[in-house]
Order: sequence, then structure tokens, then C-alpha cells
Amino acid sequence: MLEHLIPVLAGTLGAATPLIFAGLGELVAERTGVINLGVEGMMLIGAIAGFAAAADSGGGALAGLPAGAVAGMLAALVFAVLSLSMAANQAACGLALTIFGVGLSAFIGQHYVSFSLPGLQPLDIPGLVDIPVLGRILFHQDPVTYLGLITFAIVWWVLRKTRLGLVLKAVGEAPDAAHAIGYPVIAIRYGATLFGGAMAGIAGAYLSTVYTPLWVQNMVAGRGWIAIALVVFATWNPTRLLLGAWLFGGVTILQFHAQGLGIALPVQFLAALPYLATVVVLVLISRDKRLLQLNLPASLGKPWMP
Amino acid sequence: MPLLEPRPTPSARMRLLSPLIAITLTLAVGSLLFLALGKNPVEAFTVFFVQPLSSGNGWSELMVKAGPLILIAQGLAIGFRARIYNIGAEGQLIVGALAGGGVAIALDGVDAWWVLPLMVVAGAIGGALWGAVPALLKTRFNAEETLTTLMLTYIASFTLSYMVNGPWRDPEGMNFPQSIMFGDPALFSPWFEGMRVNAAILIAAVASVAFWIFTSRSFLAYQLTVGGLAPAAARYAGFSAQRTVWVSLVLSGLTAGIAGVGEVAGPVGQLNLNISPGYGFAAIIVAYLGRLNAVGIVLAGLLMALLYLGGEAAQVALQLPAAITGLFQGMLLFFLLGADVFVDYRLKPRPKPAYA
Repeated sequence: MLEHLIPVLAGTLGAATPLIFAGLGELVAERTGVINLGVEGMMLIGAIAGFAAAADSGGGALAGLPAGAVAGMLAALVFAVLSLSMAANQAACGLALTIFGVGLSAFIGQHYVSFSLPGLQPLDIPGLVDIPVLGRILFHQDPVTYLGLITFAIVWWVLRKTRLGLVLKAVGEAPDAAHAIGYPVIAIRYGATLFGGAMAGIAGAYLSTVYTPLWVQNMVAGRGWIAIALVVFATWNPTRLLLGAWLFGGVTILQFHAQGLGIALPVQFLAALPYLATVVVLVLISRDKRLLQLNLPASLGKPWMP
Repeated sequence: MPLLEPRPTPSARMRLLSPLIAITLTLAVGSLLFLALGKNPVEAFTVFFVQPLSSGNGWSELMVKAGPLILIAQGLAIGFRARIYNIGAEGQLIVGALAGGGVAIALDGVDAWWVLPLMVVAGAIGGALWGAVPALLKTRFNAEETLTTLMLTYIASFTLSYMVNGPWRDPEGMNFPQSIMFGDPALFSPWFEGMRVNAAILIAAVASVAFWIFTSRSFLAYQLTVGGLAPAAARYAGFSAQRTVWVSLVLSGLTAGIAGVGEVAGPVGQLNLNISPGYGFAAIIVAYLGRLNAVGIVLAGLLMALLYLGGEAAQVALQLPAAITGLFQGMLLFFLLGADVFVDYRLKPRPKPAYA
């Protein structure tokens, strides 16, 4: 049993990585009051930009991840101009961004259908990797997975311990008050939205250049939407988001190890599990209206103009 | 210094102009895209928008594609008016197709006139039930319908994949993931020799008239709209928010389910993994482009159908990837949302210099 469980748990961390990046980005944006439903689109744009950069430059994931971040940010900029500067409906703009991202990535992706990339070798953390069992699970991962955990730590620290974090949260809770004491509400929301775009772009590029290093149309496969659901599940708390991402990573990876673990269910059922789990988790968290109201950034989704 | 200021009252003229502006901008950016790809824009637009309509078969194909788009968008528009964002019509279409297709497979060999109507009813029920799930989750557990409807779409497509790979796979289908081809009693028969247009377009037409009457005449539709525009006013007037959710999601699921039967009993003729080229998502754009108005949706549906046809033609004539249709759809929705800002806002006149 244990020899089957180690790859499952190790794989869970990798499968959780795109959810951690995309989820953290969306969490920060939502903390400032911006709900961007375009995560799926930004991830797809990041995925194809990252793949194209990696394939065309020959630089692999090292070229792909920054390219994904920039592309995700550009996509978020379009959303920001419409929904922040022009005060258009955020839900509709995010949906438009996703539809646009699906189309754009498929369009550009046609040139890359038969390409494949080398991917990234796992990076062993010296010393720690030799710990029995745990070492192979935690310290034998690709570098981006470590980077995801570092990003989590930074976001947690900024939101919890710094003045910047306070300002971000103030803008989300009470934009009028933040404006009155002189903070540039729109500029701060732009910053958070672009950060969200960069994170989603990295998440997408991770999928296309590291996780499964080849281009498949619509390869993000709903992970962007799951990331949005995770932010709700986490009640806008980064630590709970991390736990949620691991939980979903585990559910995602299950289908590849079902046979080894002795689970005899149709493959489609296992593939549908993460989506089913998302619904269940949303229901569990949303049924407690008070819990949600208490944590929901007060200005979430409401256009604001000075 | 903000460039925009709110209008005293929303501009009705801008509401009607906005889709035209969005279409114009999409065409303009499209021309630049064609130029960048080394194609002559005039030739490209001829291929895209003129050639498909230069033959009888082209018009027939336009109807085949416009039918499901219009039907689904009419249902969605009811919910969108009430600010209930069902973005999972694609899943409701799939479940409708599964229900209708299941009837066709179970009754294979039965030669009776009622097979097809039974399929339509089954599809309507299937789609409505798939829409009722997020309605239940929203009213009972407060779960966001945007996320649940979309997650249910993925679950529906895996269910479809399971059925055509497993219980309903055609035993003589060389292991392809597809069901048997439906018999004639389970198919809408084409109106003209060699063309695919069939009576399914009539369902979309009847639905359009019904929705026009519903939205312009019924008290229930009025309640839904008030609930969307001014939730507090609706509560004060005693309109039920729960009923709004149920009506919106079940109705849009129902129309999407019927559209699904229209596909499997029409152009597709069986259950397989390609029963919809994203109609459920494109219908969202159709609903907004048509201003959530029954007549507008018919026009927008025809335009979107033309975009699909143009994409197919461009693939053949210009060697452009068919995904260009999706790109145009996304651009169109972006420009529409941008232009819509000017319904409620206008450009601020630049302040006059203060010197005398």
C-alpha cells in the first residue's frame, strides 16, 4: 500500500501547484474587492504564451513561466480597463475574458499541436530528500512546486504582517474610506488584478511547460474555475487556500493511481471527481451564510469610481 | 481625473447602438488580424460573411446553427434579466441530448410518430433537471450558481463520455465513442433534399414568440426583472427571490435541453463527443448581444451562426484555423461590454481653461 501511496501524495503537490498560483492571485484580487471570473481564460493565455516561448526560444520552462506571467498580466489588464476604469460589470467582463482566452489560445495553439517540451527535472532538496517516506513526497518535486509554496508564504506574510496588506484589505472592505484617507483605490485594484493575472499566467504556463509539457486545446480544463471556488472555500484565507489546493490536487491525481490503489470505477467518474468535489465543497461552505458574510470582502464585485 | 461621468438617465439610444458599435469594432480588429496573417481583409470578409450565404445550402446551414443558439439564448435571457448567471447551458444541452438520445436508443426499431416528440420532452426534462440542481443548491445552500452551473457542465460531459464509451456504445462502431445512428422515427427529417435544415428551427421560432409574449406581457417576467434591477424593491413588493432562481435556471435548462435533442436528432444523428460546438457558451454572447430581448436575440443568433459558418469556410478557403470563430466571439463580447458602459456613462467634457 505504502509504495502506491508515495507517488499519489508526491503527485498531489504537483497537481496542486497551478491551483495554488491561480488561487492566490485571485484571492489577492478579491481581497481588494475585484472578482475576476476570467481566471480560466488567463490561465489558457498564460499556458499558450508560455508554451510558445518555451518552444520557440528553446529555453524550456525557464522561458515559458515568465512569458506566461506577462501574458496573464496583459489579459488581466484588458479586464481591469473595462471593469475598473470603465466600471463595467465584473462578472460579465470576467466571463468575456474566459471566452476570449479559450478562443485566443486555441487559435495560437494550432501551430503547436504536435510539439512537446522536455519539462523540468525534479529538484532534490539535499539532506531532506533522504528522510524516509516524507523525503520522497515533499522534497523530490519540480522547482516550480517549491516556488508555489514560497509564493504562498510571501502572500500570507504580506496580507497578515505588512502595511501593504492592510491597505489592500482596506480597499476591499471600504473603498470610500480608503479613498478619503488618500489611498489610490483604482490604482491599488489595478495592481491586485494584474498580480492575479500574472499568477494565473504562471499557473497556466506551469501546466503547459512542466506538468504536462505539450499543448492540448483547452488543457486548463476548468482548473481556473476550481481556483475561484477554492477562494470561496478558503473564506479568503491563504492558509485554507493552500489546504484546499492540496485536497483538490489529491482528488485530481487519484484517477491516475486508481488501479494501483485498487479502485475499480469508470475512468470518467474519477475524472469528474474534482468538479463534483468543487460543488460539494461550495455547498458545505456556502450554507453557513454568516461565516461567508463575515469573511467576504465587503465591496467584492461592486464597481467603484472616485 | 476620471474621463467618464454618469448620465442622468441611461441612454436608450446607446443601448441599441452598442451592439452595432461592438460588431463594427470586431470587424475592424478582425481586418487588422487578417492583414497580420497575410490575408487580404476584403477577400477574408467575403469568405467569412458573404460566401456562406450565396447558396441555398448556406442558408440552410445558417438555420441549422442559429436554431440552437437562439433557443438557448432565449432561455438564458430570462435568467440574465434577473441577474441569475447560468453559464452552464452547455451542460444542460448535453444532459438534454443524453435524455433524448436515451429514448431514441431504447426505442430503436419502433416506427411510430411519437418517438421524436417523446425525445423532445425527455430532453426538456433532462435539461430542466440539470438546471434545477444549481437552483436547489442556490436556494437551499446559498451556493453561487456561476460556479455550480459550470462544474455541472464538466460533470455532464464526463457522463456523456462514459455513456458513449460504455453502456450506449455502438457495438458495431469500431470502438469509436459513439452510439448507434438513430433511425428515421427518431430524427427530424430534412425539409429539402441534400440540406440539413429541419423542423428544429420551428421550435426556436415558437420559443422566440413565446418568450417575447412572456417577457412583455406576464407579471412573472416583470417580477423577475425587478428582482434583477432592484432586489430591495422586489423584496419590499413581496416578490419571491427563491422563485426567481428556480424559474431562471429551470427555464434556461429546459431550452438548452431541447436544443440538445435538436442536435442529436438533427445534424449529428447519434450521441457522440462532438454534439455541440460550444453553443451553450456562445448563446451567452447571443443573449447579451440581443439585449436580452426576444427579437434582438433572433438577430444576434443569426449573426453568431454566420460567425460559425464563416469560421468553417475560412478553414477551407483561407487555411485559417477554425478556432478563429472563438476569437471573434470573445472580441465581440469584450467590445460589447465596453460599448455598454456608455449606456450609463458619458465622456466628461474637458474643463475649459480658466484664463480669460
